[in-house]
Amino acid sequence: MLFTTVSNALSTLSEPWWKVFYDFSSLTKSIDEGLRNSMPSFWAVTLEMLIIGVLFLLFYAAIGLFLVYWERKVCAFIQNRLGPNRIGPYGVFQTIADLVKLLFKELIPIKNADSFLFNLAPYIVIIVNFMVLGAIPFAKGLHAIDFNIGIFYVIAVSSMSVVGVLLAGWSSNSKYSLIGAMRSGAQIVSYELSIGLSIITIVILAGSMQLSEIVESQRTGWFIFKGHIPALIAFVIYIIAGTAETNRGPFDMAEAESELTAGYHTEYSGIKFAFFYLAEYINMFIVASIASTLFLGGWMPFHVGNWEGFNHIMDFIPPFFWFLGKTFFVIYLIMLFKWTFPRLRIDQLLTLEWKYLLPINLVNVLIMAFIVLMGWHF
Amino acid sequence: MEEIIKEVVVGEQEDYVINMGPQHPSTHGVLRLVVSLRGEIVKNVQPHIGYIHRGIEKMCESLTYPQIIHLTDRMDYLSASINNEAVCLAVENALEIDIPDRIKVIRTIMAELTRIQSHQLFWASYGMDLGGQTCYFYGLRDREKVLDIFEETTGGRMIVSYNCPGGLMYDIHPNFQKRVKEFIKYFRSVLWEYDAILTGNVIFRERTIGIGKLSLEDAISYGVTGPSGRASGFSCDIRKHEPYSAYDRVKFNEVLYKEGDTYHRYLARVEEMRESMNIIEQLIDNIPEGPYAVKMKPVIKLPEGEYFQKVETVRGELDVFIVSDGNKNPYRLKFRSPNFVNLGVLNHISKDFKIADLIAIAGSLDFVIPDIDR
Repeated sequence: MLFTTVSNALSTLSEPWWKVFYDFSSLTKSIDEGLRNSMPSFWAVTLEMLIIGVLFLLFYAAIGLFLVYWERKVCAFIQNRLGPNRIGPYGVFQTIADLVKLLFKELIPIKNADSFLFNLAPYIVIIVNFMVLGAIPFAKGLHAIDFNIGIFYVIAVSSMSVVGVLLAGWSSNSKYSLIGAMRSGAQIVSYELSIGLSIITIVILAGSMQLSEIVESQRTGWFIFKGHIPALIAFVIYIIAGTAETNRGPFDMAEAESELTAGYHTEYSGIKFAFFYLAEYINMFIVASIASTLFLGGWMPFHVGNWEGFNHIMDFIPPFFWFLGKTFFVIYLIMLFKWTFPRLRIDQLLTLEWKYLLPINLVNVLIMAFIVLMGWHF
Repeated sequence: MEEIIKEVVVGEQEDYVINMGPQHPSTHGVLRLVVSLRGEIVKNVQPHIGYIHRGIEKMCESLTYPQIIHLTDRMDYLSASINNEAVCLAVENALEIDIPDRIKVIRTIMAELTRIQSHQLFWASYGMDLGGQTCYFYGLRDREKVLDIFEETTGGRMIVSYNCPGGLMYDIHPNFQKRVKEFIKYFRSVLWEYDAILTGNVIFRERTIGIGKLSLEDAISYGVTGPSGRASGFSCDIRKHEPYSAYDRVKFNEVLYKEGDTYHRYLARVEEMRESMNIIEQLIDNIPEGPYAVKMKPVIKLPEGEYFQKVETVRGELDVFIVSDGNKNPYRLKFRSPNFVNLGVLNHISKDFKIADLIAIAGSLDFVIPDIDR
């Protein structure tokens, strides 16, 4: 039934089918109409939610597996190695094999652990990931929820992942885990400020909190070019704080395997560990996708002033690939940090945030507000 | 008595005590550190050793001198051929054998190659201790080349057992000189990468400068030798002060710093790699002709008495003390291993630093656990 609805929707489209890749809204609208015509609206909405949920589940797994593979390849490239190259061509199935291994592994019960919280923690991290993914505009019209406080919602929800990390550290009844969780708590709460302020800088420039509108207002130029130096500073700060948010090197205080063995997920095994591991990569994807949405124009193609031909060629690439390309570029930057820098110490980490990034950010917001007020931006 | 033990081990009541090791990624072996924390701050470190104790000194009492050589490899496995040399020199001095120049020169070259490969591994693993994982692969990439040279000449890569009382096990491989020269040329051209990745890195410098200061007085009174002691200004290089083998005929600088912090302990090792290359370059082209071993009696018996030999291993001063009763095996053999003595200073210099600094400090002392436990 679903299949017929989709094929009906596709056949009723006025344009050729491949035009869908440039604007998904007509497709989603006609699917919605088709469903509403064939069943009561309550069931139609439920079914749509189900479809979106399944799609995100697939997307989550695909992105997670790909990022793990890619990270290993990037790290191998930096370290003069080949990386995974045995399973499948260029080792592309390596992560799938790893996943299968993790699925079959024993879940070791921990003595004296708070088993309810211990089991709950990975799910909180995963659920938070899903909630944020829903708000991200992947392409024109490819957007699970698009409401007027989108970016505000993203900040609010994404900071909840610290609850999962703290619970994991607390409930596993391990000293290393507890130290890792406490570090992670201090770190995420601090860097939340920097993320928030650098996003506010862009919200001032865009004049909207709705993610689709922020992307739309970059049609004439990406904010990183439009917003003069303040936007550039905000971008750099966002990347630093985003790396810290995702607990990745050089800010991987919470895991710090040379100090705390594996930090907050020391005691986890099997698929529960895999959840944490995947969540780290999806977090990275989320941070990068928000960076590309706010600073690099989201799914907007790259345009140069009056170069008509060039702009047409750029328009020809579907927006979805623009979005993925920019996101992966930012992810690549974050990966480069991890594999080239040593780890900071926890007090240096907090000093960096409270004594340097936060004041710079506050001044930066003021400058941006002034520029917007005077109309000096492009 | 119980109270005293409790106080020493656990510290105060509110301390958060964690066991680092014996299985821990950055203790580089089976060392157990009982760390008392107050928040993130280290209040007390109690090293517990003996997890890899094999009773090497006791075993030596029932082995002949040529057999003992193979046990010394297993103490500080990263300075294997220097350990061999220590026992060989002690035996040769006791027997009052004149060692030909060729043997002395080859021993010195092998010792300095050992020093280079050990410092390369130090550099590699120190980067990893501080979270810079890429260092490990750069360090091992170059170390592999030294190990290949070892393999060609001695048949072993790490546990070489190349020296024996009276000379060397076998002559050097015909390619030896060529490959050593190639290696030095190559290593000089890539050593800047070490500085680019780690030494000059802002985060690395922030993490190490001023951390774990060891004053000259403390270095001397704790007996910290090797690069760790020289970083505090303690001029303790046996190669300089009591030259053995061919060290009296080469020119090299003793790397000395005044600061004595983690950064300078690290820097001392990187500089020593350069000095070692200088030493090898002076010797590699003039290896004298001659036999590779002196003809010895089939059963070596030391005359009754006490014999003592100092050498400078990669990590400091290794002393061998042999008491012989005239038999083919020693009555008592004692090693003064540098790592055991250097470990003693850990609690003193890591107090009141963060837990992450403890890793940095312990890494900069460059322990080899089998040498501590023996």
